[in-house]
Amino acid sequence: MIYEVVIGVEVHAQLRTKSKLFCGCGTMFGLSANSQTCPLCLGLPGTLPVINRVAVEMAVRAGLALNCTISANNLFARKNYFYPDLPKGYQISQYEAPICEHGWIEIAASEGKKRVRIRRAHLEEDAGKSVHVTGMNGSRVDLNRAGTPLLEIVTEPDLRSADEVVAYLKGLRDVLMYLEVCDGNMDEGSFRCEPNLSLRPLGQREFGTKVELKNINSFKFVKDAVEYEIKRQTKVLNEGGKIHQETRLWNLDRGETAVMRSKEEAHDYRYFPDPDLVPLKLEKEWIEGCRKQVIELPAARMQRFVDDFALSEYDAGVLTASKAVADYFEACVKLFNQPKTVSNWVMGELTRELNNSGSDASASPVSPERLVDLLRLVEQGTISLKAAREIFPEVYSSGKTPEQIVQEKGLVQVSDEGALDKIIEDVLAKNPTQAAQFKEGKQQVLGFLVGQVMKASGGKANPGKVNELLKQKLGGVLYARPVISLEELAQQQPLNTDQAKVKFQLTNREQSVIEHLAKGWTNKEIANALQITEETVKEHIKHIMQKTNSTTRTGILDHVFNS
Amino acid sequence: MSIHKLSLYELHEKFAAGEVTAVEIVRAYGLRMSQVEPKVKAYITQVKDTAIAQASALDASLKGWRKTLPMMGMPLAIKDNICTEGVLTTCASRMLGNFVPPYDATVIAKLRAQGYLLLGKTNLDEFAMGSSTENSAVGPSRNPWSLQCVPGGSSGGSAAAVAADECAAALGSDTGGSIRQPAAFCGVVGLKPTYGRVSRYGLIAFASSLDQIGPITKDVRDAAFLLGTIAGHDPLDSTSADVPVPDYLKALKKRDLKKLKIGVPVEFFAEGLDHEVEQVVRAAIQQLKELGGEIKEIQLPQTSAAVATYYVIATAEASSNLARYDGVKFGLRAKETKGLLELYMKTRQEGFGPEVKRRIMLGTYVLSAGYYDAYYGKAQAVRTLIRQDFEAAFQDVDLIATPVTPTPAFKFGAKADDPLQMYLSDIFTISANLAGVSAISVPCGFSQAGLPIGFQLIGRPFEEETLLRAAHAYEQSTQWRAKKPTIR
Repeated sequence: MIYEVVIGVEVHAQLRTKSKLFCGCGTMFGLSANSQTCPLCLGLPGTLPVINRVAVEMAVRAGLALNCTISANNLFARKNYFYPDLPKGYQISQYEAPICEHGWIEIAASEGKKRVRIRRAHLEEDAGKSVHVTGMNGSRVDLNRAGTPLLEIVTEPDLRSADEVVAYLKGLRDVLMYLEVCDGNMDEGSFRCEPNLSLRPLGQREFGTKVELKNINSFKFVKDAVEYEIKRQTKVLNEGGKIHQETRLWNLDRGETAVMRSKEEAHDYRYFPDPDLVPLKLEKEWIEGCRKQVIELPAARMQRFVDDFALSEYDAGVLTASKAVADYFEACVKLFNQPKTVSNWVMGELTRELNNSGSDASASPVSPERLVDLLRLVEQGTISLKAAREIFPEVYSSGKTPEQIVQEKGLVQVSDEGALDKIIEDVLAKNPTQAAQFKEGKQQVLGFLVGQVMKASGGKANPGKVNELLKQKLGGVLYARPVISLEELAQQQPLNTDQAKVKFQLTNREQSVIEHLAKGWTNKEIANALQITEETVKEHIKHIMQKTNSTTRTGILDHVFNS
Repeated sequence: MSIHKLSLYELHEKFAAGEVTAVEIVRAYGLRMSQVEPKVKAYITQVKDTAIAQASALDASLKGWRKTLPMMGMPLAIKDNICTEGVLTTCASRMLGNFVPPYDATVIAKLRAQGYLLLGKTNLDEFAMGSSTENSAVGPSRNPWSLQCVPGGSSGGSAAAVAADECAAALGSDTGGSIRQPAAFCGVVGLKPTYGRVSRYGLIAFASSLDQIGPITKDVRDAAFLLGTIAGHDPLDSTSADVPVPDYLKALKKRDLKKLKIGVPVEFFAEGLDHEVEQVVRAAIQQLKELGGEIKEIQLPQTSAAVATYYVIATAEASSNLARYDGVKFGLRAKETKGLLELYMKTRQEGFGPEVKRRIMLGTYVLSAGYYDAYYGKAQAVRTLIRQDFEAAFQDVDLIATPVTPTPAFKFGAKADDPLQMYLSDIFTISANLAGVSAISVPCGFSQAGLPIGFQLIGRPFEEETLLRAAHAYEQSTQWRAKKPTIR
């Protein structure tokens, strides 16, 4: 028999409020036991809950981003059950009239994009934790977490595979993190997921008996647990057995699920409206106000980055995966309108340092202003790109300004003609053959000579300036000859750009463009030589810049010939 | 001058004028309590020593500068289900026998801010569940008018303390009549404010949608005076109403009932109402007419459903409100239990008395899967009808006059073994809680056996002024309050 897998998912996302859902206690993770409690969240008699406005706002923002209808009339209900970490003997939740209903989220499924319907998302308070200490008699209860706000998000049974479940969870987590309503930390339990799963013969309308899975705290375990459960249920059904409605726990060590409680043991929660909380009415204008606060979601922002900043989809995707990174990038571009350059730095140097120090772009010690300072130093030719890259870790860790470090290290590029002249003379003297070849019209050797000068200067020479000076010294050949003939072109030996081709994954055409660039040709000249339009040349150069992480034409040469 | 015989307001005037010191006040009440408390047993906890210390500090702070706040130096008794920081608050339950709240109820915080003097915590039926104080874990209080009779309940201790002059005034709580019924039984004034008028923060919940704190006082002016201090919106109580608090004393200036229409609901003068009580209450209504009120017969058709509705809703809420007493965090924890389930079961077995257990079981049942719609859902629907009854009635009349109780105070044990009979003693008071409206119990005479009888005025939500004005006009036109019990 072929079975269709039917999966729905419940997620408990902890909202990132400063205080708990019904009292003023803080919501920090990892503080000493019961240090974050008050009479209310300890469940002392006589205390009364007061709803946290920010939690409601966050729930509404999440709901709007998940395309939900927001309920104008919100009721809070008591879910009654006994447990030591549930101080009041009931949990305040929503039963009828949840705050968000009938939404959807789009995920990438094997057959393309797919909508997963969100049945509801409701506000509720978290319970505390029971702590079992070995060697200690009995158990301990820590109520620090009791009363922290959760948004429980429930899908329709729209998912059909473990991969879809993971795609949904990742997508949902991205949205919540992006909205800054949840920190998404699965280890600390800020984002907990409970899939429920049933099988039905392919083509059958009625659902099979469903099993709920718990104790899953990573995407990998979600995949493992769901795949295990699909196999288990398939086997049971194929052997003529019956699936029992139950809750099963994922056992990480054994790699299997095991029964936690059966349907018969399920609680009767005796939900009823909490008489301590009046119905919470959300006015239309207020909801609309929240809608304005729903910031651009990753997908929309990525498209905007592609459209407005001419970034590749890949770059835009990387930048917008985290809101903090995307915000950082935009802050830089506002100050320094070279999106590609900024993108390279943010995705490269900055991300590397952030990862190394386990930090987040929003808390980067290098502010967007400071990064732009550094980029300006390169743009103005004060330092080389290479030098900029080398000092970045120090800019990151020392708190000094790029200017300070450049001064201290003496990294200022040599653009002074007198100083460069001397080096060039030396290089030409040491390489008479190449100098002669160049004079004979073999422009290919220019790159070689530039490289030699750069080397001799310890990387400090300004490659653009070196280029210019060399050409002048060698007789201004290039200026004298505006157009190169095809015959001449055919005779020319290719420069040694093969190594660069491999390194930067250049196409053949891009390789020839670089070789012509090295001769100092204009776009028009290159276009003529390669029999393509000037526009196409520009396109090629743009791609080469992306691949070589360069922002200028001399930058390309710098990268190619110094590599 | 016998300080303990003064009304709260009279005492306030003397204190404000500097004619009496706070220490003198506490001493006078201490003496009175030592004389009558062994007989009346109104208090669970007395804090005379603390009161003396507070009083002398207050007197010292007032030397040469006398600007008194309404409740400054006023000796009050507080029902033992209202949290008082640092003072035992037991709800008359073994479960909370050792519970000392680390916080004040909002009403206590307001009184404390004005410099009141706490004399002690008064007895009640366990968790305010009952009508006689016979359900108290520490034993019942007695009616000062006849020590063989119950003082009523659940705020029986507060009503008895006021009637016996063991405090200048008291706070009680009223879920189905728990202020008004004992006030009527003890011949004092009891006011249940509109639901939301007084903060419930710190009132240990019995039935959250019905509970309301209110004053129990020697006369109507005292009720107005004390209500003015405790009323008002509280950000800590989501169900408290953001409605301005008027000057209730000012409302008493009118000494007549001119232009007031008073409805008399036929359903409240039906079978089960004691003949003596009916006569006395009808006489009071006649007096209202003579004061200028226009008396009108009205209907409140859902009255017969009130008791049943109440015992579904109140017990449902109670079953959930009392779930926190599990032996884990505070209060009683049964000893030598094996495992969690046994801890829960033994703790609750030992901690709760029979009436509390009965109501928890009732409430759990009416909320259970499969029964919810038939009981809790239906009860909520009927509650809406009852509220609509009152809304319709208040289109026609300004006040509704009824008896408070079907009988005067009954003897100990008379109803203790018959919960249903006991529940029916709340029949005239329950509707006001279900409808959320304001109501007051005012003494209006005595039975032949010499037991006090009260009548009830019910007013529109947040119109305590009208209620107090009418009650005050009536009271001032009669001499009932002049009679005091002889405690023996």
